[in-house]
Amino acid sequence: MTTVSGNLATPSSTPASKIVLATAVVKSWKSPIALGIFALVSIVLFGVFGRDGTSSFRLSSETDFVQLPVLALPTRAAGIVLSILLVLLAAYATWLAYRARRVNLWLIVVFALIFMVGFLSWASAGHTMPVTGLLVGSVGLSVPLIFGALGGVISERVGVVNVAIEGQLLAGAFVSALVASATRQPFLGLAAAMVAGALVSSVLAAFSIKYLVDQVIVGVVLNVLVTGLTNFLYSTVLSPANETLNNPGILPRIPIPVLSGIPIIGPVLFRQTIIIYIMYVAVIAVWYGLFHTKWGLRLRSSGEHPQAADTVGINVNRTRFWNVSLAGAIAGLGGAYFTLGSIGGFSKEMTAGAGFIALAAVIFGRWDPIKATFAALLFGFATNLQSVLAIIGSPVPSEFMLMLPYIVTIVAVAGLVGQVRGPAAAGKPYVKS
Amino acid sequence: MSDSQIPTQGPVPTPGTVQGEQPAPAAEQPSRFSGVLREIASGNALISVLAVVLALVAGAVLIAVTDPGVHAASAYFFGRPLDTVNAVWTAVSGAYTALFQGSIYNFGRPTFAAGIKPFTETLTFATPLIAAGLGVALAFRVGLFNIGGRGQMLIAAAAAGWVGFSFDLPWGVHLIVALVVGIVGGALWGGIVGLLKARTGAHEVIVTIMLNYVAFYLLAYMLRTPGLLQAPGSSNPKSPAMKPTAVFPHILGPSYNLTLGFILVIIATIWVWYLLSRSSLGFKFRAIGENPHAALTAGINVKNMYVYAMLISGALVGLAGANQVQASITSGFGSGIDAGIGFDAITVALLGRSRPWGVFVAGILFGAFKAGGFTMQASQNVPIDIVLVVQSLIVLFIAAPPLVRAVFRLPAPTVTPRVAPAKISGKKAVVTK
Repeated sequence: MTTVSGNLATPSSTPASKIVLATAVVKSWKSPIALGIFALVSIVLFGVFGRDGTSSFRLSSETDFVQLPVLALPTRAAGIVLSILLVLLAAYATWLAYRARRVNLWLIVVFALIFMVGFLSWASAGHTMPVTGLLVGSVGLSVPLIFGALGGVISERVGVVNVAIEGQLLAGAFVSALVASATRQPFLGLAAAMVAGALVSSVLAAFSIKYLVDQVIVGVVLNVLVTGLTNFLYSTVLSPANETLNNPGILPRIPIPVLSGIPIIGPVLFRQTIIIYIMYVAVIAVWYGLFHTKWGLRLRSSGEHPQAADTVGINVNRTRFWNVSLAGAIAGLGGAYFTLGSIGGFSKEMTAGAGFIALAAVIFGRWDPIKATFAALLFGFATNLQSVLAIIGSPVPSEFMLMLPYIVTIVAVAGLVGQVRGPAAAGKPYVKS
Repeated sequence: MSDSQIPTQGPVPTPGTVQGEQPAPAAEQPSRFSGVLREIASGNALISVLAVVLALVAGAVLIAVTDPGVHAASAYFFGRPLDTVNAVWTAVSGAYTALFQGSIYNFGRPTFAAGIKPFTETLTFATPLIAAGLGVALAFRVGLFNIGGRGQMLIAAAAAGWVGFSFDLPWGVHLIVALVVGIVGGALWGGIVGLLKARTGAHEVIVTIMLNYVAFYLLAYMLRTPGLLQAPGSSNPKSPAMKPTAVFPHILGPSYNLTLGFILVIIATIWVWYLLSRSSLGFKFRAIGENPHAALTAGINVKNMYVYAMLISGALVGLAGANQVQASITSGFGSGIDAGIGFDAITVALLGRSRPWGVFVAGILFGAFKAGGFTMQASQNVPIDIVLVVQSLIVLFIAAPPLVRAVFRLPAPTVTPRVAPAKISGKKAVVTK
């Protein structure tokens, strides 16, 4: 979006006399305060409650071209060095805020990375942390969230609030398991998941566009409806014939010839199932489509200023209907990942709130497909971190590790993101007058 | 134009008059009776009843399609079609009879006292639904979407439960202290959301979703840690049983499960009605719900109102949580004590159109479905999930009167059609972003 608005903002001819406008100095202390809290936590955790021993990070898997050595850090020393770095970064952010300058995103990203390395070395003292395994699992857990978030971004950008992501995921999961088992064709299962997601979301679109029902109401109710339907059909149809109707199998992992041999990146990104490769394409396509094509411009204008869009000849309600359906199809693919990509069968309410996390990722990522993807990856990483730490023996009770991603999100939303502004007309039906 | 031509001018519209205005009074004139009939046919009450009928029909289709008896009979459908019809009738009527007998009145029992027991069960199930529904509805009226019912209920249940089993207080005092602590717990957990929204602009949907998970894991940790909430001498993640002094008394004698909780819920409904319709705080709440910018301009402190609204909303949901441990499950609770009521409450609030008495009636309707659903599952083998389907369809249909009218071929409301869309969108539970 920045590129587009940048182009629009620079006029082709600049006026000869420069007009000096009065500027208001706005100092935002949210970021320094948030970073300061984390820096303080790191001092207390890594320094005061520091643990002795060595933390090892295994960086390579057996099939890589190059075998990286196991990285070994003395835990306490590493913790102290890293927390000093964190304090310095927080101080720099404070200085920036004092000078009324914006704290850049890269600063926060670097801060988060250092904090995470410090935390991992603290938690894995005396053990070996399988870095590759941690990341592979994170990507796996993020896939449905990313598809769901992409669906959410498209739908909200076009002006329909999509609370029904959970229902779209669940419908995709159910139908893909059923179709893939019945036909023994996993690809038919994928296609059916897209159709199911699109169906759920076309109901959302029809009720909110044609009958002008509040979009949040329809979304919430659709989630309940799909949950009830899939539970009911699971009990009456799938579970009596589990072998023939709920046994789709798992899609094979397809290593990409050269790329899959690169240490860390290879196993994480290029030894995956077809769904994940589709996901890469989808993320880039949605981003490019939204911000660099005619389709995206029409879509966004319907969500930002439908009257203006209508004035220039865009059929707002038709644009909304088809794009919301498309959003559902994308989310449905995420649902198929539950059954065909990871578990190999449907079970009741197996999405377990992933749709709501995806919704949070949409808002956290400020309605931008790339940022929403990273937000979804963050959730996946945090969830997987807990299970890895539970295996190597974590000093923190596992419940608190499980809580961590949610607390981090609250702190981030309150401290770093703050007042987010979604598409202006999202949630409002458009009635041509 | 000559005078002789005047009679022929009747049907021909003269350029001076607007054509649309003339037929309207003409249509109302013919008879008073048809006008009344028309009023009934287009009224809200009829739409609600028809929405329930429509949803029950959809449920019947689902039951018939998945019934094994129907499957067996449909195999020779073209030989003996009546068998299939009979099987459908047996399956559907059996299920709905069980639903009725489990929720309203059981004709199989000898006395009225025994026959009416199902209805008291309905009211028992309705109690927490109404309390939590009031909380969600109140937040809706202020323009806030409280998906955090689950978290608020869990914290309230934990707080009330802790007071209930760990203190020895006289009868009456103990009950009230536990109830108040539970309500305060829910209020604080909701208040966090309001505070974050008011002070940092964090989106309440994200924060409530995240706090649900935080509360869940917090409770799970406390339930498995000896000395906190875990029952002494047990290794299960479960609390000790409540002391008898903290349990709500049964108001209709020991043979009925209906407790003091139902009286509390009636009081809560009256109080919320008074708050919203008769108090200055409620007026400010509604003003913000209608238009926060206008409310701010009018001098209402919008930020403080968000905090108050979430505190009260959390307190009402907290009443549901306290009811869970003080009335529903008094033998010790686990981390699933909320029983999904926090989410059901959203549908209850939507069905009740966020009006206190609407929520009360909607809660009783959903309580009836819950009570009857269990009977239906036990006696007819129809999974209780069908109730979710029917409930969500009812909300969906009631939210879209034009759809119900189209299905039953009812006339549009007598008010001029052009007003209708604005009226619908004005009536929706206001959810602003």
